[in-house]
Amino acid sequence: MKLPAIVHKFSSPKNFYTMSGKMVPWFAWGFGLSLIFGLYYGFFVAPTDYQQGESYRIMFVHVPAAWMSMFIYMVMAVSGGVGLIWRIKTADLMASVSAPIGAAFTFIALVTGSLWGKPMWGTYWVWDARLTSELILLFLYLGFIALQASIEDPRNAARAGAVLAIVGVVNIPIIHYSVEWWSTLHQGATVSKIDKPSIHIDMLIPLLVMAVSFKLYYATSVLMRARGEILRREQNSRWVKEIVAEEAK
Amino acid sequence: MSASEFFDMGGYAFYVWSSYGLATVLLGWVFISPIFNKKSIIKELRMKYRQQERQQQDSTDS
Repeated sequence: MKLPAIVHKFSSPKNFYTMSGKMVPWFAWGFGLSLIFGLYYGFFVAPTDYQQGESYRIMFVHVPAAWMSMFIYMVMAVSGGVGLIWRIKTADLMASVSAPIGAAFTFIALVTGSLWGKPMWGTYWVWDARLTSELILLFLYLGFIALQASIEDPRNAARAGAVLAIVGVVNIPIIHYSVEWWSTLHQGATVSKIDKPSIHIDMLIPLLVMAVSFKLYYATSVLMRARGEILRREQNSRWVKEIVAEEAK
Repeated sequence: MSASEFFDMGGYAFYVWSSYGLATVLLGWVFISPIFNKKSIIKELRMKYRQQERQQQDSTDS
């Protein structure tokens, strides 16, 4: 299957650099404002939980971080796949620069979950399906980063990384359904339940706002990373030379 | 709610603030590092281009 020429033109490194430069400030402002609103709502408006007291406020960072860990993995696998099939350099680039951000969110999800588990379950860690599959996700990210770092040729690195990322997608539904398929200490889904989310509206709002905020954080941060890395990868093209000369002034 | 009550988090201060602290530090670092990274790439490339120019000049001179 061939992509229309416009896609290739639109996703050219030069065009990507220009467009992303315009988008970053918008995403950054959106992130900042939603973060302030989300944290304010989460700490000062959301009521105390009748079972968990104030400890449940860890949720506003834990749950969005866990969602991001899976979301970024999917972005990484899909853009890796697009790069693999259609040889789009910017798709390879997006996969590469997403990995450290995804790894950070996965680590945060694991540690904040652990810090929430201690007072609620009485233990920092159990080897149950949810926690173990999330830990595997962290290893997938780290494996992807290590694999790409170990291959010098950028095209081979992109290909190998994409294959690893795509194979690892298997882990994503396992994480999601782990709380239904296996018995666990981890509580089930409260937001995505089909009938009605079993969560107080004043807890749901900051949770969703924080989720949006983290998405905007990712958008800002991944584009900033990509803009630096693209200069390195395209260093022999004339537009990069022009930008470097421009920035030197 | 007083400030000390707020920071006490109903006795869960350690767990709540460690969670938010870790997220702030790690996400902050992930956010800021590409800014320095881009600067160092530009610096590196500027030196490389200058070197290339010099080599070209040398070859045309001789």
